[in-house]
Amino acid sequence: MSLRARFRLRRPGFRLDLDLDLPERGVTAVFGPSGCGKTTLLRCLAGLEQPEGRLSLGEEIWQAEDRVLPVHRRRIGMVFQDGRLFPHLTVAGNLHYAMRRSASDRDALAAPVALMGIAHLLERRPETLSGGEVQRVAIARALLTRPRLLLLDEPLAAVDAGRKQEILPYLERLTRELAVPVVYVSHSLDEVIRLADHLVLMEAGRVAASGPLTAMLGRVDLPVAQREDLGAVLDARAVRPMPGYHLTEAVVQGHTLFLPGEGAKEGERLRIRIRARDVSIVLEPPRDTSILNVLPGRLSDVVERDDAPGQCLVRIEIGEAGLLAWVSTLSRERLGLRPGKTVYVQVKAVALA
Amino acid sequence: MTDPDLAALYVTLKLAAATTVVLLVVGTPLAWWLAHTRNRLRPLVEALTALPLVLPPTVLGFYLLITLGANGPVGRLLSALGAQPLAFTFGGLVVGSVVYSLPFVVQPLRDAFAATGRGPLEAAATLGAGRWDRFFTVALPLARRGFVTATTLGFAHTVGEFGVVLMVGGNIPGKTQVLSIAIYDHVEVLEYGRAHLLSAALLVFSLVLLTVVYALNRRSRVVQP
Repeated sequence: MSLRARFRLRRPGFRLDLDLDLPERGVTAVFGPSGCGKTTLLRCLAGLEQPEGRLSLGEEIWQAEDRVLPVHRRRIGMVFQDGRLFPHLTVAGNLHYAMRRSASDRDALAAPVALMGIAHLLERRPETLSGGEVQRVAIARALLTRPRLLLLDEPLAAVDAGRKQEILPYLERLTRELAVPVVYVSHSLDEVIRLADHLVLMEAGRVAASGPLTAMLGRVDLPVAQREDLGAVLDARAVRPMPGYHLTEAVVQGHTLFLPGEGAKEGERLRIRIRARDVSIVLEPPRDTSILNVLPGRLSDVVERDDAPGQCLVRIEIGEAGLLAWVSTLSRERLGLRPGKTVYVQVKAVALA
Repeated sequence: MTDPDLAALYVTLKLAAATTVVLLVVGTPLAWWLAHTRNRLRPLVEALTALPLVLPPTVLGFYLLITLGANGPVGRLLSALGAQPLAFTFGGLVVGSVVYSLPFVVQPLRDAFAATGRGPLEAAATLGAGRWDRFFTVALPLARRGFVTATTLGFAHTVGEFGVVLMVGGNIPGKTQVLSIAIYDHVEVLEYGRAHLLSAALLVFSLVLLTVVYALNRRSRVVQP
């Protein structure tokens, strides 16, 4: 079971041509620069555009050569950038609009309203809501369609930075609890890292690369991020908080790592982000160092990038995970850094995603 | 007010009401088409709809008379079907008024549909609403102001019509004589007092109607997204 799409669409000055096979569960982030076709892809999945090609979700065929399932019969939940609440209905009216058409019973309203924290807004009219509130209502409305597929088109784009932090936890809870595939379009790497399991990189109407998020961000050859932001994302498991030190002991690929904060519960899965500029390489295990996190690994790639003269981007494999590090070209020569070499990485800072 | 004057008032209101109803039924799909189509013929159709705005009503009435008369294409068709020609009947007046007031109904509706745009309709589709469902539950309510304006203008413009009516309907008291023509007749025979009465009534009626509508429109303002 998976979401399979094969689309070709021509527009003046733009061409979409892609072949995608997305997992049936979890969040797929579609990431790329403005104008690369992210939103068009989402609209094709929804049926709001009519591309040539095929589209199927599991056993259901939504589009084939001779027939196209109309939008209103696909059972998608879609959240647009601007929310698109109906201005002539109250918040409750907007939610009921979705419920009536999905044959939901009355009780179905409670869960999405609680999840999005909008119980106090039900009698309000859309024009009196803030941008963040509009998006929370729009997400709840999309959930009330009992969707087979949830499509989120930059739901936080029209929301200011402060409100983003307000909505992100709701989205996180939602995507963890939902049993349907979610396709999330974004141009914010932070959002993607926080929410996605799977990453599709788009460029000029095509899929540049696609794969599990942690594997994709650990690659040296993808232009996912600007130089400063470049870094790896790893999944860790919390072992125990360390009260008094403001640290949590965690495990990544069998190695102990100390993470900032004491909030995590024992056994909780955490997503951590280690920037390439915060990683340094030593050949022998360091002794008497103030750096807490030192991991053994094997160097797998060394590349020079045009955007960083005098620097090399290095990928170090730690078990099945990968870390990225910037090292100077001089250090590379002095230490003899080549693929296959066994090294130790010192991690200066770890951030929770 | 004398009996012929009352009869003219009754014919006028009946004509305006019938015309408005016909125009809303015909004009809504036409306005919808104009707001959404990418057809190359759209500018031509739009121009045809707007013609009554620029043509002298007598020109319009003249061609309608020829078309609807006993020897016109519509007249012949009707007599072939065993019906009476429409010229000089109330039915002919309605046909003439529909053409004459068409832009006053179609243009506000077209603008209202265009202002709503595709966004809310697309959202409704993703929420499971089919084509007609979307039209009645989203497009119509969001175009509410347009409908109020279109109804008012269509009605008021028909009440004030003169040239087309004179050409197509003539001046048959109780059947096709409307207020504007009754006023004209009074002035012709120098009955200024009766002309005053009817004119003032028409003036006050129109002013009150428009004021009420604009006040209602302001209060129930639908904020566009």
